[in-house]
Amino acid sequence: MTKFEYAPAPESRAIVDIKSSYGLFVNGEFVDPVDGSMFKSVNPATEEVLAEISSAGADDVDKAVQAARRAYERTWSKLSGRDRGKYLFRIARIIQERARELAVLESIDNGKPIRESRDVDIPLVAAHFFYYAGWADKLAWAGAGPDPRPHGVAAQVIPWNFPLLMLSWKIAPALAAGNTVVLKPAETTPLTALLFAEICQQADLPPGVVNIVTGAGDTGRALVEHPGVDKVAFTGSTEVGKQIARSVAGTAKKATLELGGKAANIVFDDAPIDQAVEGVVNGIFFNQGHVCCAGSRLLVQESVYDDVLARLKRRLGTLRVGDPLDKNTDIGAINSAEQLTRIRELSEVGEAEGAERWSPECELPERGFWFPPTVFTGVSQAHRIAREEIFGPVLSVLTFRTPAEAVEKANNTPFGLSAGVWTDKGSRILWMAQQLRAGVVWANTFNRFDPTSPFGGYKESGYGREGGRHGLLAYLKSEG
Amino acid sequence: MPDQRLRLGCVTTLDDARSSLPDITSSEASLRRFLHGLPGVDQAGAEARAAGLATRSIKTTAKQYAIDLAISMIDLTTLEGQDTPGKVRALCAKALRPDPSDRAVPQVAAVCVYPDLVATAVEALGGAHRSVKVASVATGFPSGRTSLAVKEADTRDAVAAGADEVDMVIDRGAFLAGRYGAVFDEIVAVKNAAGDAHLKVILETGELATYDNVRRASWLAMLAGGDFIKTSTGKVAPAATLPVTLVMLEAVRDFREATGRQVGVKPAGGIRTSKDAIRYLVLVNETAGDDWLDPDWFRLGASSLLNDLLMQRQKIATGRYAGPDYFTLD
Repeated sequence: MTKFEYAPAPESRAIVDIKSSYGLFVNGEFVDPVDGSMFKSVNPATEEVLAEISSAGADDVDKAVQAARRAYERTWSKLSGRDRGKYLFRIARIIQERARELAVLESIDNGKPIRESRDVDIPLVAAHFFYYAGWADKLAWAGAGPDPRPHGVAAQVIPWNFPLLMLSWKIAPALAAGNTVVLKPAETTPLTALLFAEICQQADLPPGVVNIVTGAGDTGRALVEHPGVDKVAFTGSTEVGKQIARSVAGTAKKATLELGGKAANIVFDDAPIDQAVEGVVNGIFFNQGHVCCAGSRLLVQESVYDDVLARLKRRLGTLRVGDPLDKNTDIGAINSAEQLTRIRELSEVGEAEGAERWSPECELPERGFWFPPTVFTGVSQAHRIAREEIFGPVLSVLTFRTPAEAVEKANNTPFGLSAGVWTDKGSRILWMAQQLRAGVVWANTFNRFDPTSPFGGYKESGYGREGGRHGLLAYLKSEG
Repeated sequence: MPDQRLRLGCVTTLDDARSSLPDITSSEASLRRFLHGLPGVDQAGAEARAAGLATRSIKTTAKQYAIDLAISMIDLTTLEGQDTPGKVRALCAKALRPDPSDRAVPQVAAVCVYPDLVATAVEALGGAHRSVKVASVATGFPSGRTSLAVKEADTRDAVAAGADEVDMVIDRGAFLAGRYGAVFDEIVAVKNAAGDAHLKVILETGELATYDNVRRASWLAMLAGGDFIKTSTGKVAPAATLPVTLVMLEAVRDFREATGRQVGVKPAGGIRTSKDAIRYLVLVNETAGDDWLDPDWFRLGASSLLNDLLMQRQKIATGRYAGPDYFTLD
C-alpha cells in the first residue's frame, strides 16, 4: 500500500457510439456482404463483444476493387493536386475535431491505454494526413520526375497494433499521390477504420476513393491477389509478408512490406542512465510491446549492467497495468487471446532455455487478456526469445563489452527494422548508425515517429519506406 | 538478488560510497572527477519524462489527499524589500490557520522570511512555533555576492533569532567557473554556522543552465551536508520547473542509496496552482517514492499557491467555487 494511491480516472465511453453491426464500406456507402457472414470484435480488456463485423468474401472484395477503379478513372485521377489536398486537409481537421472519440474507440477495440491513443496515436494520425495533404499539389518536386503518375488502385492490409495510425500511413500518401484505395483493417481492430469511413462521408470524399473491407486472412488474400490491384502495401507479420511477396511475384503489382522486428536497444556506459532506462521502458512496454520496431533486445555494456538493471526493475515497479480507459494506465490489455497465447508460449520457452524471468508485482484483472511486464536476464543470442519476435511486453537483456560486439550482436538477427543507441558521445552515435543494419536508428530516444521521417526495414523486416518523401514515392510511378 | 550497488560515475565505480565520501571531497580534483563522472542528463529525455508524468489524472480521493499534503508541505513565503512586521504577522496567522472557516485544514510546514524578520515570525507563531517552523533565507540572499564572513554572520543572526531552517544560496559564479571546492567549503561553513538548524541549499537552477549542472550541484550540496536541496530563490526566471525537480529527485534518491542519508527537496518559485502542486507530488511519488511524500522531506516554496489549494479544497467539499474574497490575503 503506497501513500499516494491514484483514484480511478476513467475516460468516459459516452462519446463513442458503437453500432451493433457494421457492413462493408464500398463506393461511399455501407453495404452488407454478399454471403452475409459475420464475425465479432471484442474488447480485449473485458472480453465484451463490441459489434458484429462483416466478413468480406471474394465477391465483396471484387466490388470494392471495381469501385476503387471507377473512382480512380472517373474522378480522383482527374482532380488537380490542389483539390485532392483540400479533401485530405478536410479529413485531417475532422480527425482533430473527433480526436477524443477516435482515441476512446481505439482503446476500447485495441486495449491500448487511453494515454497513448490520446497523446500518440490520434495526434500522429492527424499529422500524417496534414503532412501528405501538403504534398498533393507538389508532386512534381517529390523527385519522381516532372509529372509523376499514381499507380491506380492500392490494396492495403494493416495490423492491429496501431489500427488507425497504420491506416493513415497507408491512405494519406496513397490519396495524395492520386491513387484510390481498398483497405483491410485487422480482424480484431476494425472499429476505428469503420469510423474513418464515416469521416470520409463527412468530408464528402468522392465515393469509391476509399473502400474499407473487413475480414480475416482470407479477405486480405483475396484483396492482394485481385488482378485489378496495381499496388500492394502491407504491414504485419513476416510470415504473411512472405506469402504476399510470393503472390505479387511475376505480376505488374508494386509492393511495399513492413514486417516484423527484433530491435536492439544499446546502452553504453556513458549513457544518460535515467533517460536510457525511460527509453528502454518506452521501447518495449509502449503499446504492450505490440510494436514492430519495439526495442525487445536490451544490450547493456557490462560495466553498467548491474546499475541499469537495478534502475530498470525499480522503474518497472511503478508501471500501472490495467483498464485501458483509465487515464493513469501505462500498460493496457493484450490485443487478443491468440496473441496472449503466443506471448505465454515464448516466455515459457525462454524459461525452459535457461533465461531468468522477472516481473514486478502487479495485479492483473480477472477478465480480459493480460500479461505483466516481463524481463528476461541471462539471455544469449542462441535463445529463441532473443531471435523471434514476441510482440508483447517481454524484454530480453543481453550484455556486451565493446562497441564492435554491440554492433555484431545487434545485427545478428534476421530482422532489421529499428535500433536504439544510448550514449553521451556524438561521434559514437554516428559510427553506430552507420554500422547498424536497421531502417531506423534512434539516438538517445526510442519509438519516436514523425510523418516527415521515412520508416521501413532491412532483411526480413520488409522493403519499401513509409512516411516522408520516400513514403510518397512508393505511391508514384517514377518513370512519369 | 542482483548486485544493487549503484554506479555513481562513469569514471569511478564506488563499492561503498559511505566509506569513500571523505576521498571524494578530499580535494578539488577528486571532487571534480566525481561530479563529472556522474551519468549525464539527456535534456529531451528528462523533459519528456516530466511532461509525461504531468498528464497523470488525479481525481476525487487522490486529489483530496494531494491537496492536504501540498498544504502541509508549503513554506509560506514573503521575501520582499517592502516586508514589514505587520505583513509577517499576517503571514504567520495564515500559516497557522490557512482557512479560518475550516479547522480541518492542515497547517503549512513553515514560514519563510528574511533574517531581520525571523524574531517577528517566532513571536507571532508563539506557542505554535516548531509545529510551524520558521525558515530564513541567509548568506546574502538572493545573489549570494558577499564574503564568506558576512554569509556566516547572516546565518548565525537568523539562527540566533530563532530560525529552525536556513535557506542558503550557493555561489553560482564559483560553480559555473568550476571551482567546486569553493562552493563545497562554503556550504560546509554555513552548515557549521547554522548549527542545529536545517540547511536548505538553494542551487538557483535558472542560472545553472543545464540539467548536468543541476545534477552536479545537487550532489555537491548533499556531499557538503545540506539537509535539503532547493531549486530557486524565486528572484530568477525560470524558477522551479518539473524537469529540474525531476533531476533533483533522482539525485536525492541515488544519494540515499549510495550513502544511506536522506535529503529533502524543495522546488520554489512559480508554483501557483493546485494543478501545479499536484504535478510535483506525482513527480515525487513516481521518482523518489513514498519516503519523500512528507513535509519533512519535500516542501513547496510558494505564497499564492495556498489560496488556490484552499479554493480547490472547498470546491471538493461543497461542490462550488467561492470567490477570491472568501479566502484571506496573507
